[in-house]
Amino acid sequence: MLILDNIPALLVAIPLLASAVVSLLPSARIAWGFAFFTTLICLYMAVELVGIISSTQALSYAFGGWEPPWGIVFVLDSANVYLVLLVAFVSVIATLYAYTMLAREIAVEDLPKAYAVWLLAIASLFGLAMTGDAFNLFVFLEISALSSITLIALGAGQDRRALLAAYNYLIIGAIGATFYVIGVGYLYAATGSLNLIDITDRLNELGTNQAAITGLAFMLAGIMVKAGVFPVHIWLPAAYSFAPSAVSSLLAAVATKVAIYYFARLLFGIFIDITQLVDFFLLYILMPVSVLAIFYGTIAAIYQSDFKRLFALSSIAQIGYITFAFSLNSHSGISAGFIHIINHALIKGALFMAVGIFALGIGSRATMSSMQGVGRQMPITFAGFVLAGLALIGVPLTAGFISKLYLFKAIFETGNGFYVALIALSSVLSVLYLWKIFEVMWLKEPVQPLKSDKEPASAYLPVWLMVGVIMIFGVYSGEVISSGIGAANALIGAR
Amino acid sequence: MSDLQLLLAISLVMPLLSALAVLVFSNQENIRDICGPVGGLITFISAIFIASAIMDGKTVSITLWQIAPGIDFSFAVTPLGALFGLVASGLWILASIYTVGYMRGAKEKNQTRFAFYYAVAIHAAMAISYSGNLMMLFIFYEVLTFSTYPLVAHSQTKEARNAGRLYMGILVATSLLLFLPAIFWVWTVSGTLEFTKGGILPADFPPFLVSVMLAMFAFGIGKAALMPIHRWLPAAMVAPTPVSALLHAVAVVKAGVFSVLTITVYIFGIDFLNTTGSAVWLAWLAAFTILASSIIAITKDDLKARLAYSTISQLSYIVLGAALATAAATEGAALHIVMHATAKITLFFCAGAIYVNAHIKKISELDGLGPKLPLIFIAFFLASLSIIGIPPMGGSWSKFLLMAGSVDAGMPLMLAVLAISSLLNVYYLLEPCARAFFKPAIKKVHVENHILTIIPPVVTAMISLSLFFTIDWVRPLTTLMVMP
Repeated sequence: MLILDNIPALLVAIPLLASAVVSLLPSARIAWGFAFFTTLICLYMAVELVGIISSTQALSYAFGGWEPPWGIVFVLDSANVYLVLLVAFVSVIATLYAYTMLAREIAVEDLPKAYAVWLLAIASLFGLAMTGDAFNLFVFLEISALSSITLIALGAGQDRRALLAAYNYLIIGAIGATFYVIGVGYLYAATGSLNLIDITDRLNELGTNQAAITGLAFMLAGIMVKAGVFPVHIWLPAAYSFAPSAVSSLLAAVATKVAIYYFARLLFGIFIDITQLVDFFLLYILMPVSVLAIFYGTIAAIYQSDFKRLFALSSIAQIGYITFAFSLNSHSGISAGFIHIINHALIKGALFMAVGIFALGIGSRATMSSMQGVGRQMPITFAGFVLAGLALIGVPLTAGFISKLYLFKAIFETGNGFYVALIALSSVLSVLYLWKIFEVMWLKEPVQPLKSDKEPASAYLPVWLMVGVIMIFGVYSGEVISSGIGAANALIGAR
Repeated sequence: MSDLQLLLAISLVMPLLSALAVLVFSNQENIRDICGPVGGLITFISAIFIASAIMDGKTVSITLWQIAPGIDFSFAVTPLGALFGLVASGLWILASIYTVGYMRGAKEKNQTRFAFYYAVAIHAAMAISYSGNLMMLFIFYEVLTFSTYPLVAHSQTKEARNAGRLYMGILVATSLLLFLPAIFWVWTVSGTLEFTKGGILPADFPPFLVSVMLAMFAFGIGKAALMPIHRWLPAAMVAPTPVSALLHAVAVVKAGVFSVLTITVYIFGIDFLNTTGSAVWLAWLAAFTILASSIIAITKDDLKARLAYSTISQLSYIVLGAALATAAATEGAALHIVMHATAKITLFFCAGAIYVNAHIKKISELDGLGPKLPLIFIAFFLASLSIIGIPPMGGSWSKFLLMAGSVDAGMPLMLAVLAISSLLNVYYLLEPCARAFFKPAIKKVHVENHILTIIPPVVTAMISLSLFFTIDWVRPLTTLMVMP
C-alpha cells in the first residue's frame, strides 16, 4: 500500500506541508483544528510504524529511490520507533492543551502562524528521531532550533524576558549546531560518507582514526547542547520558564529526548566498538557530569520559587539520570535510560501543563507565594499534578517507579555501592521540592480568588490524559520495559 | 474466586469501605462513629478465618497483575502475616470504640477527618500483613506513613506540624534512602521479591554483603524505631492518644518490626542468617536500644513520653529475636508482636483515659488517683506485668522464648540484657500505679467517667491476661513460620 510503505517520509512531510497551509488559514479556530487533525494523523502513522517494526525488527526508508549510502535514509528500529510514538502522542496531547492555553497567552491574530511554527517543530522532531544520515540530522536540528526559538519568543506577550531566553537559546543553540556540523565534516573527511550505517562499516575497516574521533567529540558536544546535558544546559531553564505553557510542555516533554536518543545512538550504535575513548568518555566525563547534573538540578530546584523554572531545573536532574544510566555502559543501563526517556517525557509534560493551568487561574506567574492554597481552588488539575509529582519521585504504581527500578538494577549490577548511595540520596532530595510545593498549594489557605471562574475542562483533560498514561505504565509496565530492552538490543545487541 | 480469596478481599477492602462510610455520614455523628467498630468487627472475623485456614496448611492468595517481571501486585498470607493481621484488626475494634469516647470527651475538632485517616491507616496495616511480596509490603508501608501524617499533625498547632514533619521526614527519608534501594538490590540478585520460606537470596551471596543489605533494611525500616532512627516516635506523641494507642503502639511500629521479621524469615531465611553470622551486629544494636531507651524512659515524667520510650525498647526485643535468627527466637519475636501490642495498647488507653477523665498528663501528678479511677489503674498494672514478663500474663511467653532463643544462638549474654531490661521495666512502669494507689493525693482533682474510654483498656488487659492461658490458639502460626 502506498501510504503504509511511505510512512517514515509522510511523518515528516505531512506536518511540514500542513504547517504551510495552517499559516495561511484565516481564523485561529480553523488553524487549530487543522493542526490537531494533522497530529492525529501522525499518531495513527506512528502506531502503524510500531506495528511494522514489531514484526520486521528494522526498516530502512530510502528517499526518492536513492539507495544508501548515496541517498538520504530514515532508519527505524526498536531504538527509535517508540520515540516516534512518544513524540506523536505528546504532540496530540500538547496540541489539545494548546487550544485553551495558547489562545489565552498570545494575541489572537498571531495564532495561525503560531500553529504553523508548532507543526514545524513537530515535523523536525520526527525527522530527528528517524534520520539515518548525519548531515540530514543537522538540517532537522536547525529546523527544530529555529521553530523552538520562535515558539519560546511568543511568551513575550506574557513576560518580556521570553525574548532574552529565546535569544540565548538562539546563540547557544547555534554554537551547538556548529560544533555538530564541524564534527560531521571531520567524519566525512575520514570516511567519505554521511550515512550512519555506512560510516560504521567504514570505520570498522579503518580502525582507530584520529579524524573520526575528533569528529565524534565535536558531534557529541553539539548534541549535548541540544539535549540539555549539564553543564551546557544553560539555555534550558529560562527557555522553558518563559515560553507559553503549551510550548513548555511540548519542548520539555520531547525536544530534549530526541537529542538524547541520538546521543545514545552515536555512542553505542556507532562508536563504542571503534574506539576505547568512548569507554573513557562514559566513565570519566559523562558519569561525573551526570552526577553533578542530578545534584545541581535537584538542589537548585529546592531553592527555586518560580514553578516553571523549578521544573526546568528538575528536568536537568532528570536528564542527568538518563545520561547516568547510559554512562554505566551496560545493557541494563541503556535499557534504563530509554525507559526513563519515555516516562520522564510523560511526567514532565503533565507537570508543565498543570503549572500552566495554575498560572492562568491566578493570572500571574506560578511562584511559591502566588500559589498558596491554589490546589484547593483547582482540585481537579491539582490531583493530576500530585499524581505526576509522585511519578517524578518514583512512587510505586506510577511510571516513574519503573524507571527507578531499572536504573537501580543497572547500578546494582555494577556492584558499586557509592553509586547506589548517590542516586538514593538524590531521590530523597527530590521529595523535598515536591513536598514544598504540596505544602504551599494544599496545606495553606487560599489568599486570593481565582481570576478565571473555573478550571477549564479543555485544559485539564490533556493533563489527565497524560496522567492516565503515567498510571497505566506504572501498573502495566510490560510495554515500556520491553521498549527499553528493545532499544538496548538494537544498539548493542541482545544480552 | 474461592471463599478464602473472598475473605482476603473483604479483610483488605473493609477498612477502606469503613473510611468511605465515615465521609458519607460525616454529618450524622452517631452513624459515623459506628462505622469504625463495625468495620473492625467484619475485618477481624475475616482475619480469624484466614488465620485458621493458614493453620490448616491452606494457601490464601490473590494475584491481580504483574507490575514488573518478578514483581506481582499480589497478596499472599504468610503465617506471620496472618498473626499480624489478627492483631491489627482485633485491636482496631476496641481502639475505634475508645476513639469515640476519647475524641468526644476531649472535644477534639475535625473528628470526621480523623476517623477517615484512622481507617485508611488500618487498611494499610492489613495490606502490609497480607502482602505477597516485598514490593507490596513497601507500597503499603508508605501508604501507612502518609495516612498517619494527618493524624499526627491533627491539632494543626505549630508543635503538631513540626512533629508531623519530623515524623514524615525521618520515615520517608530512611525508606527512600535505604529500604527501597535494598529491595531493588534483592530483586537484582534474585529476580523475585516473593516471600519464600528459607529465603530467596542466592546461596553464594557473600556474607559481608548480607550484613550490608540487612543494615539497609534495619535502618531503612524507620518504623522499627531502632536506635538511632527512633526520634520520630516520641515526636509523634503530640497526636491524640487513640493514635498513639493503635498506631504508635500497634499498627505503625508493629508494621515496622513485622517488616524486619518478615524480611529475615522470608527474604534472608533464618538458617542463612544463622550460618553466615551476618546478623550478630544487629543483635547487639538491638540490645543497646533495649537498655538505652529503658534508661531514657525512666527520666520521662510525661506519661505518654515514657510509654513511647518503653515502646522503642520493646520493639527492639522483636528486632533482637529476628537478629538471633534461631527458631525459638523468631517465634518469640513473632509472639512478642501480639503480647506487646495488647499490653501497650492497654497502657496508652489508660494514659488517654487518665487525660480525658482527670486532665493529667504527668506521672508526678498521679498521686492518690488510683481509688478514683480504679479500673484504669488495675488495667495499667496488669499490662505492666505483661510487659515486664511475669506469669500469668501473655508477655511471659514471648520473653521466655526470646531467652531460649538467645541460648540457642550461643549468645547467653542476651539473657542478661533481657533480665536487666525487665528490672528497668519494673522500675518505670510500676511507678505510676504505685503513686496512684500508695501516695496521698496532693490536690483535689475533678474526675469524670467517660465509659467508652474505660471499657477498652479493661478488655485489652483481660486479653493480655488470657493470652497466657490461650497461647495454643496462636502458637500454631508461629510454629508454621519456623517449620522447615
